[in-house]
Amino acid sequence: MSELMKTPLNAAHRTLNAKMVDFGGWDMPVQYPAGIIAEHEAVRTRAGLFDVSHMGEIRVKGPGALALVEHLTPNAVSKLAIGQVHYTAFLYENGTFVDDLLVYREGDEEFLLVVNAGNSDKDYAWVQQHAPAFDCTVVNESPTTGQIALQGPLSLEILQPLTATQLEPIGYYFFTHGEVAGIKCLISRTGYTGEDGFELYCAGGDTERLWNAVMAAGTPKGLLPAGLGCRNTLRLECKMALYGHEIDDTIHALEAGLGWIVKLDHGDFIGREALLAAKAAPAPRKLVGFKTLEKRDIARDHMPVVQDGKQVGFVTSAAPSPTCGINLGLAYVPTELAKIGGTIQVEIRGRAVNTEIIPTPFYKRTR
Amino acid sequence: MFPADLKYTKDHEWLKPAGDGTALVGITHYAQEALGDVVFVDLPEAGTSFAEGEEFGTVESVKTVSELNMPAAGEILEVNASLGDHPEAVNEDPYGKGWMVKVKLAGDLAGLLDATAYAALVSAESH
Repeated sequence: MSELMKTPLNAAHRTLNAKMVDFGGWDMPVQYPAGIIAEHEAVRTRAGLFDVSHMGEIRVKGPGALALVEHLTPNAVSKLAIGQVHYTAFLYENGTFVDDLLVYREGDEEFLLVVNAGNSDKDYAWVQQHAPAFDCTVVNESPTTGQIALQGPLSLEILQPLTATQLEPIGYYFFTHGEVAGIKCLISRTGYTGEDGFELYCAGGDTERLWNAVMAAGTPKGLLPAGLGCRNTLRLECKMALYGHEIDDTIHALEAGLGWIVKLDHGDFIGREALLAAKAAPAPRKLVGFKTLEKRDIARDHMPVVQDGKQVGFVTSAAPSPTCGINLGLAYVPTELAKIGGTIQVEIRGRAVNTEIIPTPFYKRTR
Repeated sequence: MFPADLKYTKDHEWLKPAGDGTALVGITHYAQEALGDVVFVDLPEAGTSFAEGEEFGTVESVKTVSELNMPAAGEILEVNASLGDHPEAVNEDPYGKGWMVKVKLAGDLAGLLDATAYAALVSAESH
């Protein structure tokens, strides 16, 4: 096996006694000594700090940048104001996912695309492959960029003393540039936890100083370092998609419940024709949320959904929910079974277990 | 981390002989740490008999699930009912309050590791 890639915070995680795991080729913290439940609760009630430096960053710049990003993604890029971010995807011609991503509008002719770590090389190649027809440059900034995510209701109160930039006026899914603890950052009011928070992008070499400054400012307020374990349970409670689970190259954007990022009447993009056709026909399957009825029945990622002993669908993600106190999951099921209150069966280690379809997201913060 | 009066399996269960033909069984410190926060322990009914190495239950954490295998052949005399409300005892006190079942031993303990041999196994696994 080749050596795992390391973020600029690798030594910091080891100092904090993190449990490290191989996450898509990256040596990443799955949890710190507090544990997944405590870290999850910290993010829901106070704040947590995540290392997300493994994410990929691709910068597109030039007179043809807008047209390229519009060609590659289904959301309405031209409607983004400078300083605004939106969630979107790279799709194949058949409407399935190359990846999901955030698009940051840095200027009239400049965009920052933030993609999943595990897909970063594939995504960069995908953008490069389509770029020659457009008048713009494409730069992979992943190797030189660090990123940390401060998430939770106390995020603003923890971060504000570290920066002269007024944070309160930055709206959800907007960003600005400023200095945090004397370090140049892109300050983005975004996240993957369902809580208020900020994602801070900086130069790779500044990441550890930034991390230490935020940790020092937040620790007295109950901030905990938070690993990938709770990042997964937090995003699952909010039904935020994870590549390789709810979305991949076999699932198209509409069945994933992501019709809201697909603007079919906003010009052409790769995958549009397939999604127009999919929209015109009845959807054969749908992504639903379910809970198991017994404490002992804990569904897990990729378990089969069965009916009369035959597999009819599959679980994409599932876990005991620290916030809701029940065992939750997301699954693709035939559309005729996808009714709130209905029963679907998940095969848990050889047993067909009844689960109830419930509304999603499972958790929504009260603002 | 690995008390000397216990016997261990390669699958990270421990067995504590009481000296009267019965023993307590649980999972090791190393196992609980690898699982992370335990949220449920599924245990068998008292009176059930198991062969050495047979699966007798499962332990579920937030992140994953692991099978529990019998360190030695025997019959379940009692299960730790307090784990129903306090599964976190497996993390907090794996050799004490986190015990799982009490068994009446039906065979010998020759296949089990002592603390030194188990510590060597763990050290090899974690490097």
